[in-house]
Amino acid sequence: MTTRIVELRRGILKKNDELAAELRHRYHAAGVLVLNLVSSPGTGKTTFLERTLRELRARGAWAAALVGDLETDNDARRLASSGAPVRQINTHGICHLDAEMIGKHLDNWQGVTLDDVDYLFIENVGNLVCPSSYDLGEKIRVALLSVTEGEDKPLKYPTLFNSADAAVITKIDLAAACEFNRDLALRNIREIRPGIRVFETSAKTGAGMEEWLEYLKESRSGNL
Amino acid sequence: MHELSIAASVVESVTEAAAAHPGARVKSVQLRIGALAGVVEDALEFCWQIATEGTPLVGAVLEIRTLPVIVHCEHCGAEEELTSVQSFRCPRCGEPAADLRQGRELEIESFEIEDEAEAKP
Repeated sequence: MTTRIVELRRGILKKNDELAAELRHRYHAAGVLVLNLVSSPGTGKTTFLERTLRELRARGAWAAALVGDLETDNDARRLASSGAPVRQINTHGICHLDAEMIGKHLDNWQGVTLDDVDYLFIENVGNLVCPSSYDLGEKIRVALLSVTEGEDKPLKYPTLFNSADAAVITKIDLAAACEFNRDLALRNIREIRPGIRVFETSAKTGAGMEEWLEYLKESRSGNL
Repeated sequence: MHELSIAASVVESVTEAAAAHPGARVKSVQLRIGALAGVVEDALEFCWQIATEGTPLVGAVLEIRTLPVIVHCEHCGAEEELTSVQSFRCPRCGEPAADLRQGRELEIESFEIEDEAEAKP
């Protein structure tokens, strides 16, 4: 009986990576800065994003959002109150967004063309593991962590935090009540991703938002 | 649990590539997976059984080679294996090391086939 080995040397997520590369090209050509927001469920991605969209709009920038959830359009409805165009992506049980889902939802988004948009936010499904493997063509991957989650989250989920380009600590208005150890949290984030930019924010009080918005502006001009 | 999607992608790719070898059966599939790829091996092996069912790959063995994380140190120039993924520091000089050289791989390396006709008694 003869057996032989056939070399394949092929990326398992090759299809996704190819679609993501096409998306990246498309975003760049349209001059839109794309951010992929990833965190556990309950970190406050939606509240943080809602405030971001509102503030950008007040500054005359055009921002839009795609929001991924397993089910319901609750988050899209909440985000739409900011006045920005928002589209829900229901994954129906799939634990992450992939490039194909993004492409499909961009293609037939009524009233929105990428050329008119300055910033596109993709709020991923609340999950700290699976989304890290799927490139969505984004320029900036943002890992979010709330003060209520515990300072060791980055150590527990190094795969995601190591692949992030920026980190956002949310709900800092609750820091004292949670006995949040700020120094430890910052140290842990930087232990996993040396040199990463960290923003300490509260969508409720607006703390840290100014610095975050400035970063978005700088990143966008650097991207063009 | 995106291991089922990963397993399904592997089945799709290998089935497609194996079609170039008519009459051959796929005995095993070799993967290279980085320690920082976000894949749980046990979960992937479990999903492999489900994903191969009813496909030409049913019964094929999944062989996973785990690749350690290797960083390049901008401080001392070393290129070494990380001792722990909880600390991205150069194992030689202890300085923070952000430059990843290996550890995110998610790759089908090869597959093994045997000729069906010869396999029959």
